[in-house]
Amino acid sequence: MLLNEFLILAAFLFCTGVYGVLARKHAVLVLMSIELMLAGVNINLVAFGAFHNSDIGQVFALFVLTIAAAEVGIGLAIVLLIYRNLHSADLDDVDSLKG
Amino acid sequence: MLSAATVHIATPAFDWHAFAPDLVLVATMVVVLVADLLLPDRESWRTSSIAAVGLLGALVPIATLVHSGHDRNLFNGAYVVDHYALALKAFFIIATYITVLLSVDYIREGDYYKGEFYFLLLVSTFGMSIMASSRDLISLFVALETISIPTFVLATFRKHDRASNEAGVKYYLIGVLSSALMLYGMSLIYGVTGATKLSDIAAYMSQHGTVPLVAVAMFLSLVGFAFKVSAVPFHFWAPDTYEGAPTPVTAFLSVASKAGGFVALINIVYFGFFLPNGRAADSWWPVLWVLAALSMTLGNLVALRQTNIVRMLAYSSVAQGGFMLVPFAAAGIAGADGHPGKAAAAMSAVVIYLLIYGAMNLGAFAVVIAVARRTRSAEISSYDGLWEIAPGLAVVMGIFLASLAGVPFFAGWFAKFVMFRAIIDAGTGWAIALGIIAAVNSVIAFFYYARPIRAMIFHAPTTEDRTPIVIPQPLFAAIALTVSVVVVVGIYPQVFARVGELAF
Repeated sequence: MLLNEFLILAAFLFCTGVYGVLARKHAVLVLMSIELMLAGVNINLVAFGAFHNSDIGQVFALFVLTIAAAEVGIGLAIVLLIYRNLHSADLDDVDSLKG
Repeated sequence: MLSAATVHIATPAFDWHAFAPDLVLVATMVVVLVADLLLPDRESWRTSSIAAVGLLGALVPIATLVHSGHDRNLFNGAYVVDHYALALKAFFIIATYITVLLSVDYIREGDYYKGEFYFLLLVSTFGMSIMASSRDLISLFVALETISIPTFVLATFRKHDRASNEAGVKYYLIGVLSSALMLYGMSLIYGVTGATKLSDIAAYMSQHGTVPLVAVAMFLSLVGFAFKVSAVPFHFWAPDTYEGAPTPVTAFLSVASKAGGFVALINIVYFGFFLPNGRAADSWWPVLWVLAALSMTLGNLVALRQTNIVRMLAYSSVAQGGFMLVPFAAAGIAGADGHPGKAAAAMSAVVIYLLIYGAMNLGAFAVVIAVARRTRSAEISSYDGLWEIAPGLAVVMGIFLASLAGVPFFAGWFAKFVMFRAIIDAGTGWAIALGIIAAVNSVIAFFYYARPIRAMIFHAPTTEDRTPIVIPQPLFAAIALTVSVVVVVGIYPQVFARVGELAF
């Protein structure tokens, strides 16, 4: 059955996400990149689940989806706070603590 | 498959007694949230009492479970309540109780949401309690997120303060990135072994040994956990977050949340990739060896040049995390060397170190909060002449710092002792090399732990103000509790040694 194709797609999505987190400076784009990484994880889980002919992979993917939604909720709230206080959502502006 | 016509879902046997500590925590959460809704704003700080009572109440079923004596396996062994889990549950609950004591007056006097603060603390504690029992990748992941998500909000709790915002956003981004890395690793582990339950993974690994993909998967998962326990080179969020977050939250992050990460690490590494014969240990011990060596060295060296005591304690906690990873790596070395029996002692050293570190670090933060009530500052210079102004606080701070440094006859020396014993037991060249790095670092640590002590005793106070520092009762109770643990365990280390032995 098809497995490698899915794994390659997942790895590509994951790596795009990692690149986005490292290269992007806007907080919302970083959040979106993290979502890409999690999408890669989910494709992996579902593909392996089908490969092993078991449900666990799909169940795991459902948990990942749910918790990622909760995380992004918190993340957007924090980004909104930053935007209110600094009038910018650029992560380079968040640099008052050092040492 | 899900599409199959006949799906048999067996109702799992539900052992209410085994779940009682978690259920008490959930009930407390709900009561705190509802009480916050019903109480007028002025009175809502009283939710702290409800949280405190609930946390102490959760210790009762733990005591009865210890008394009943036998291990309980639920959901086919995906959720285990044994002595190891119970010891850690008790530790997490007591650490949170002390955090509540630290927070009462801090939160009451600040312009914060009061009820929600304790609710979030309890949710995080609930996650830790689940974590201690999880023996399945899915529940490990859910527990880890239940620990982390409330702490993201707690770190950002002073919402109009830029430092707190920054603390929150850094902690959040690093936390989410690390979970994504860890999840990718977990998905590969599932792909190779076809199982998420740790006992099934262990069975697969002991049969097949380490295949290359598993080494990659373990590396990714360990990187994820290294962020959570702030091991070097994944530590850079910790000092900023610790400095910017409200100080009681910092105490909670540096002890309870970090311990949660360590427990996750123990669960996955020991129950999934070590038992029953230690054959798979070569997939992870080199990573932990490097993390331990880097964390100890860099944490200590950077701590030397800090002028802010919270940042110093942050780097000290990075270094202490490195010390905790040492017996961990030693366990892996012993296992890969063909002596899995020695590893159990090394793993119990990790647990003992965690318990002792929790007491002394919470105590140190309690004193920092007490001193900051008067000075409104966390600079080490604000400790000048504390011996003249508040001799009691100065002595207690001295005890905590000496214990963190590992001076004999305070609890910290026993933590260091079990660490070095694990190294000597493992006995190979790699283990001895790590032991030498740890020994050099224990000496470096003396210098920066001694600096606040020197400031307290030998420097003249910067102000003429000699009014005594008023310590509110809950804060006093927290200091008294932690200092008595540090002193008693220092003199009778058998107390914690017994806990560690029972756990493994």
